[in-house]
Amino acid sequence: MEPIKLLTIDYTILIAYVAFVIGIGWALSRYMKTSADFLTSARSIPTWVTGLAFISANLGALELVGMAASGAKYGISTAHFYWLGAIPAMIFLAVFMMPFYYGSKARSVPEYLKMRFDERVRALNSVAFAVMTIFASGISMNALAKLLNQLLGWNYDLALWICSGVVLMYVLKGGLTSAIYTEVLQFFMIVLGFAPVVYLGLKDVGGWGAMSQSLQGVAVETAASKGTEYAANAWTSAWQPLLAGPAHNPMGVDLFAMVFGLGFVLSFGYWCTNFLVVQRAMAAKNMAAARNTPLIAAVPKLLFPFLVIVPGMIAVALTAMPSKDYRIPPPVISQENYTKAIAAVRSTNPALPEAGVAAVESALGEKVDSKKLGTLIADNAKGGLTDTQIKTGIYNSIAAYDYDGVILSLVKKYCPPGLLGLALTALLASFMSGMAGNVTAFNTVFTYDLYQAYFVKNQTDKHYFWAGKVVTVAGIVLSIAAAYFASMYNNAMDIIQLVFGFVNAPLFATFLLGMFWKRTTGTGAFLGLFLGICGSALFHALTITTGNLPGVKGGYLGVLHVFPSEMAQNFWLASFAFIVCFALTVAISFATKSQKTDEDLKGLVYSLTPKIKPGDVPFYLQPGVVGVVLLIACLIMNLIFW
Amino acid sequence: MGLDIRWPIGLMFTLIGVLLTGYGVFKLNINMIWGIVLLVFGSLMLFGAIRG
Repeated sequence: MEPIKLLTIDYTILIAYVAFVIGIGWALSRYMKTSADFLTSARSIPTWVTGLAFISANLGALELVGMAASGAKYGISTAHFYWLGAIPAMIFLAVFMMPFYYGSKARSVPEYLKMRFDERVRALNSVAFAVMTIFASGISMNALAKLLNQLLGWNYDLALWICSGVVLMYVLKGGLTSAIYTEVLQFFMIVLGFAPVVYLGLKDVGGWGAMSQSLQGVAVETAASKGTEYAANAWTSAWQPLLAGPAHNPMGVDLFAMVFGLGFVLSFGYWCTNFLVVQRAMAAKNMAAARNTPLIAAVPKLLFPFLVIVPGMIAVALTAMPSKDYRIPPPVISQENYTKAIAAVRSTNPALPEAGVAAVESALGEKVDSKKLGTLIADNAKGGLTDTQIKTGIYNSIAAYDYDGVILSLVKKYCPPGLLGLALTALLASFMSGMAGNVTAFNTVFTYDLYQAYFVKNQTDKHYFWAGKVVTVAGIVLSIAAAYFASMYNNAMDIIQLVFGFVNAPLFATFLLGMFWKRTTGTGAFLGLFLGICGSALFHALTITTGNLPGVKGGYLGVLHVFPSEMAQNFWLASFAFIVCFALTVAISFATKSQKTDEDLKGLVYSLTPKIKPGDVPFYLQPGVVGVVLLIACLIMNLIFW
Repeated sequence: MGLDIRWPIGLMFTLIGVLLTGYGVFKLNINMIWGIVLLVFGSLMLFGAIRG
């Protein structure tokens, strides 16, 4: 993809956005007087703001770039990450778990674990969380800097430091409140920045019906050319290909792994225990606002597949329409390699195109479509094409797809100057909200759960207020270091995400037992969680996926089972880790004595906590009722795309 | 915290709406259409902030 040239109007929109987010931080700085103001917003934010921040904190790079890529790879089945893997968990958090998080007056999720269990569980969770948030933030910023480098030709280092500097400016001034407020701004920026791309793309492809028809053709063609067992609806139905079995859906996942692994273990583990999102609800101004936060967030989450997944489906449909002059971008190839490939095309004898194909593949380091390249060689021999024409021909003949480039290629195709600035600002906003969310979660956990708990106890509030500010700067600097780490090693991202998976997979079992079974002991929780993490590492070491060699993708201690896809392996790993953690926590809890009395556990465990009275809240606005309505809406979405 | 977030949201989208609409007029095309959408959205936010 050639770098995009931005005009003055595009830069004006970009600069206006940056000025407003920094302005919000500065406007809030005079209200930052205590550590609670800075690190927890002093529990003062209105519901609609925390609700949109809750969803926006999750709207990072993965959501926009990754979900469009998944939409292209897997079709509407990607919506399982929303209608199965998010909404039910968000409703569960609102109805059952927020009363404990908010009512216990814990300042963070690890602090809740300390109140419910003991210091060991808090230490394990807070250290793991602090390390993971720094790496997540670094990965996000590395992706942004690489993107700006490839897309706009900006210098990688400059892009990384400037974007991190902007986040630092507003988070350091306004703390969690400025992160939450700018997340609301970013939410609207992302929705309003990408909606025109979806509209113009659907219009170009001929509407939803024409797109579905094209995708059915792609599924049939894929089945014929690659020998898969995909039915025609592999990209357009969410459940039928899944019910037909792993060989019949592009994800390669079976029903149990999808429903239990993603729909229960991973989704509840993320939405109900990850402090990054739960922190937004804990900043709400009262219990009702805290419980309504995930419910408000669930409404846009229900509709997000149309904003982030459909572009990927549009890209696949357009690629299958020769008249549209579009292809999913190939992997990024240097200009130097293109020059070598152009020379190879020019020097090839048109009577022997096979030699030309081999020379071009060698120059590019990528497989090419021999038919398309043969035509290009013949055309060049006939008419003497220009370098630009040959380069375009080579670009279109590269067989591999870089799915992460889908959303940007559509932005480039459909957005004229002006709208282009808006869409790129939306992309920038998504990366920055991801970094700000991670940094604010990191500084709260590090300051309260590590620094105050273990290093410097019993200091004045002013001391912790300034410690929070220092930790914020340290968090940004460490994120930049993590970004450089991720950029230096090809496997760094895989390894980091692998470790995330090990740590997150068993976590929900600990919370579930802690909140709903008063007999769970601190020793049971600590050992169950620790052994659950070990169990997930062992599971990974003994399984692998088709087409992968033993190593970072698993199987390094031997191969007991081969999964059809990495996604299936991840979902089964999560299921296994959850079951190990759950079973061991129960067994060890029966064998050990609880250090907590029923009085200690009041407000922390379901059976010992007085139920919340609805008060004067109308029946139809009670969290349970709203939750049921949202579940029905979610079910309808699943049925529409069955 | 004393700051009504609708002020910055309203001001920013009104400004971007004016910029896009103006650019669309001088260069309905998509910039004009979306500029008007942002202008309306920003104005509604400002109206909410003024009512407060």
